[in-house]
Amino acid sequence: MSTADTQTPARRANKRASAILKAIASFVVIVGTTYLGLLAVTFFIGRVVPIDPVLAIVGDRAPAHVVERTREEMGFNLPYYHQFYLYVKGVLSGDFGTSVLTTNPVMADIRRVFPATMELATVGTIIGAALGIPLGVLAAVKRGSLADQIVRIIGLIGYSVPIFWLGLLALLVFYARLGWTAGPGRIDVVFEYTFTPITGFFLLDAVLNRDRAAFKDIFAHIILPASLLGYFSLAYISRMTRSFMLNELSQEYIVAARAKGLSETRIIWGHALRNAAVPLVTVIALSYAGLLEGSVLTETVFAWPGLGLYITNSLQNADMNAVLGGTIVIGSVFIALNLLSDLLYRLLDPRTRIR
Amino acid sequence: MNTLLHVDDLRVSFPTRTGVVEAVRGVSFSLGQERLGIVGESGSGKSQTGRAIMGLTPQQAEIRAKRLEFSGIDLLKASPAERRALRGNRVAMILQDPKYSLDPVMTIGRQILETLRTHEKIGKSEARERALDMLAAVQIRDPKRVYDLYPHEVSGGMGQRAMIAMMLIAGPELLIADEPTSALDVTVQLDILRILDRLVIDRGMGLIFISHDLRLVSTFCDRVIVMYAGKIVEELKASELSRAKHPYTQGLLNCMPKIGTSRHPLPVLDRQPEWLL
Repeated sequence: MSTADTQTPARRANKRASAILKAIASFVVIVGTTYLGLLAVTFFIGRVVPIDPVLAIVGDRAPAHVVERTREEMGFNLPYYHQFYLYVKGVLSGDFGTSVLTTNPVMADIRRVFPATMELATVGTIIGAALGIPLGVLAAVKRGSLADQIVRIIGLIGYSVPIFWLGLLALLVFYARLGWTAGPGRIDVVFEYTFTPITGFFLLDAVLNRDRAAFKDIFAHIILPASLLGYFSLAYISRMTRSFMLNELSQEYIVAARAKGLSETRIIWGHALRNAAVPLVTVIALSYAGLLEGSVLTETVFAWPGLGLYITNSLQNADMNAVLGGTIVIGSVFIALNLLSDLLYRLLDPRTRIR
Repeated sequence: MNTLLHVDDLRVSFPTRTGVVEAVRGVSFSLGQERLGIVGESGSGKSQTGRAIMGLTPQQAEIRAKRLEFSGIDLLKASPAERRALRGNRVAMILQDPKYSLDPVMTIGRQILETLRTHEKIGKSEARERALDMLAAVQIRDPKRVYDLYPHEVSGGMGQRAMIAMMLIAGPELLIADEPTSALDVTVQLDILRILDRLVIDRGMGLIFISHDLRLVSTFCDRVIVMYAGKIVEELKASELSRAKHPYTQGLLNCMPKIGTSRHPLPVLDRQPEWLL
């Protein structure tokens, strides 16, 4: 073997390593600036809203010196850049301040409510994707047929019917009349003392606790709101799947696959959907992020103790620390999901991989 | 020479909102183990003729023929499953541009394997061996490396070789090459043609070579069919192309530049309405 042959792979590996390092560096910079932007915006909102956080605590009948002292204690007399510095420092160490409403640290509150929302959103997205993708594929393959029209109508209804109305209707039918599912809330009061949450994701906790009865009850509670959110994301996912699939099915490589004598099933699921999956990942990630924001209406109708309900309550009570904490969590979720879908992109599409 | 393919009065028409478009209007020819060129301008129906034989015409199209027969099988009466079993196995097609005709998210090796394993019951390692042999047969120097590459990682010429390998691995008897070199560099075109020529002769395949390039077709094929507006206007031996009688063919030949002669004024095709009849 000549020296040239031994050098080339080494040089290629070197090149690859530096490309990966570069990608990681740009990744860190992008996340850092996005996050800093998010903090600046939330800080700004927290300072310009016409709510005085001091008055929210001491009440409007407190004497002037009390107001002044509280203002100083809360650091509002400091210059803005110093306040911002303290704010960023606090957030980075996981300190969002204390909620006026619950008197708990905001972080502790979020740790309690966010898993509830995340569990609901996860089950909802799984339902939405598991049904939406096949329906979208069906609509694309049978374009213009009755099946396509039916899928279109299902999607249209999911998109246009107000979710709170559908939620009430679902509760009335499946809970009140038929008794197939449980009512509002995450878990029955019966389990309040026997069931100990570990992760906050109740379905997972029930499995970890090997508590079959609790699992059944939690499932009966979550299935209705999750199906509703699932239906909502199904409407979106099925429409997008259809249009991505139509695009892929008109490509030349599909003609080539037919010329090879492959079955339609193989062509549709093995080639067309495999290619359509690349943009679909982004669609599903964004719809998941939308659900993670906490769907206030669904959480209200189903008395689901989640993030949406928490933020709404805080907002109505001028509890700015809680609102800003919640906003930062939502922003972080968006950043994280964008990164995740970026990584999935690399996995699904060899053209975006680093060589 | 036994005849592989009979085409008699083939018609392909597309119903559209503004009326029926007739892409192919009564094409007849037969083919043995020879190289037949089909030439014509865009829209002359040459590609649709090839696709009708493959069974790859879009669903809404209507295909009629007095006879459309491949090695004793009536293609018009064959079920979709029967036609599918023929495709890639006994009749194969090479498309124009490997950039679009190879699945971008699947490695070249897997795409070649796919053809083989659709038509033959064959073990994994044996199939891989055959795919590597096939890549070597289309003169890829480093088959093991190319096997694991994705289509975007290879050049156009390499991609078209992979396409040929993918279509020939199951050993078809008839190959339809639909403008197989039009998307490639001139220097690569000749390589691809040479590879194609060798494989066609070595394996005793029938070849339908669809192109708009008269010169290419005349050097590469035994027989040439010239199509215009969905019809055959002339059929002749490739060696006798210069003696073409039809004014359209003569016009096409006149358009080709010759070294050393002046090209002023540039000749223009004088289309006669009676050619359409």
